[in-house]
Amino acid sequence: MTEKLHAYVEKLKEKNETWVNTVTEGHGEVTVTVPRGSIVDVCLFLKEGQGFDMLADLCGADRGPEEDPRFEVNYHLFSTTHHSRLRLKVLLSEDEASVATVSGLWKTANWHERETYDLVGVKFEGHPDLRRILLPSDFDGHALRKDYPLRGYEPYSLN
Amino acid sequence: MTLSMGPQHPSTHGVLRLDLRLDGELVVGCIPDIGYLHTGMEKLFEYKKYQQGIVITDRMDYLNPLGNNLAYVMAAEKLLDLEIPERAQVIRVLMCELQRIASHMVWLGTHCLDIGAMSVFFYCFRQREKILNLIEAASGGRMTPSYFRIGGLMMDLPAGFERRCNQFMADFPEAMNTFDTLVTGNTIWHSRTKGIGIIEREEAINWGLTGPCLRGSGVDLDLRRDNPYTGYETYDFDVPVEQDCDVWARFRVRMRECLESYKIVRQALDRLKPGPIKADSPKVVLPDRDDMRKHMDSLIHHFLIVAEGFNVPEGEVYHAIEASKGELGVYMKSNGGPKPERVHFRGPSFVNLAALPVMCEGEMVADVVAIIGSLDIVLGEIDR
Repeated sequence: MTEKLHAYVEKLKEKNETWVNTVTEGHGEVTVTVPRGSIVDVCLFLKEGQGFDMLADLCGADRGPEEDPRFEVNYHLFSTTHHSRLRLKVLLSEDEASVATVSGLWKTANWHERETYDLVGVKFEGHPDLRRILLPSDFDGHALRKDYPLRGYEPYSLN
Repeated sequence: MTLSMGPQHPSTHGVLRLDLRLDGELVVGCIPDIGYLHTGMEKLFEYKKYQQGIVITDRMDYLNPLGNNLAYVMAAEKLLDLEIPERAQVIRVLMCELQRIASHMVWLGTHCLDIGAMSVFFYCFRQREKILNLIEAASGGRMTPSYFRIGGLMMDLPAGFERRCNQFMADFPEAMNTFDTLVTGNTIWHSRTKGIGIIEREEAINWGLTGPCLRGSGVDLDLRRDNPYTGYETYDFDVPVEQDCDVWARFRVRMRECLESYKIVRQALDRLKPGPIKADSPKVVLPDRDDMRKHMDSLIHHFLIVAEGFNVPEGEVYHAIEASKGELGVYMKSNGGPKPERVHFRGPSFVNLAALPVMCEGEMVADVVAIIGSLDIVLGEIDR
């Protein structure tokens, strides 16, 4: 099952060695960790050349304030022709919690990136309309960070 | 002129506000405004044990709760490498397809109601009621069944379930005929849906549309067939695809899908054979009541699972299923403890709604209502 996916990773490495940091495999899924600066190039290559024409999902995750790199952004690529799924991962440190937007490649990334910005606090450079989407615009903090308290900041998260 | 449609509007079925920029009756711009409901479920998952998360998923897409249960438990099962017994898989397929029909019934009823046909709504809800009764018989809940558990099912089907299910099955084709007579052949319906809310094939993929919305744009994609799970590859069913890319095409796809689900339910009923309904994994699956009275280790396992939860090995998975509205994906990350590190739901309604402005621009105000209906969104899934 995963041989097919590894073939795509090999093509990615052939094209540009620096695009791939690490490759991990588990539960029939392959994760490629991509350097922060080359995510758009990698996505473009996979979209145009390898048939990954749909961005199924994009989500951020916080590993905890003591970790470095602290944040990760996961891109779940899917192909409507050969039906494979590939996960790209970008790791971000707390000081530079920003990555280039892929909304120029997939329009669906627009809302996903807004949600990630809203809840995890990762910025997407070049995003056409980076506003909060689920929480009000005057909300304090980013709710899915590990150090964000379950009941919100006291006295109110809304000011 | 700017028209604020919602947050409470009879056609939005939940709290959704649309900022419509109008030129006369023509829509020139549309900005969806969501987040009125935001329930913070993804944060909540991080504070709950794995098995406690199942009841939260019911509240997301509350018209298709069993589908949400399935996506969530299957993601956890993938991390745990659990083997699910045959009977449990067949029952999962059976219940999910019944739920899909029920979900489509709500869609059809409210979609027709939005456009102005009232009696279809009552006929649809009559069919849905029968399915909810079946779900209630199996799980005890109507809207929030939480029927699936990590490793199997909550309990086996009750006595007489097959007979009751067969009763529903006997009546359903007749009901579908009624809907066809009332809606499909109706010329008013044709003029309200044909050529409205067009989204072309390439555009639909680019916006990440899935499910009936994507198949209405001519893309032959169904995860039940293309990324099979729970043994869907062994069932015989067709994937309805329409080429028109408009509201009418999405309507036709869902109508035909009801009959395909009906076919799958038939096959699943034929396959029901006695057998275990829980995986053989005492550390994860709760023991039977009888065992608890007789065996000390069963009692200990029960206590540990309830009090402390079970540890899930480190790792991350993305599991996607074909819910009634499209691809429902669960990204689950575990750090090895009894609580997940991160759970993210990729709700099909969320993604489909993002494409609403493209479909609305250039249409009339009255058509916006038809287009929202054709997307079949549930706000609980958008504002997770």
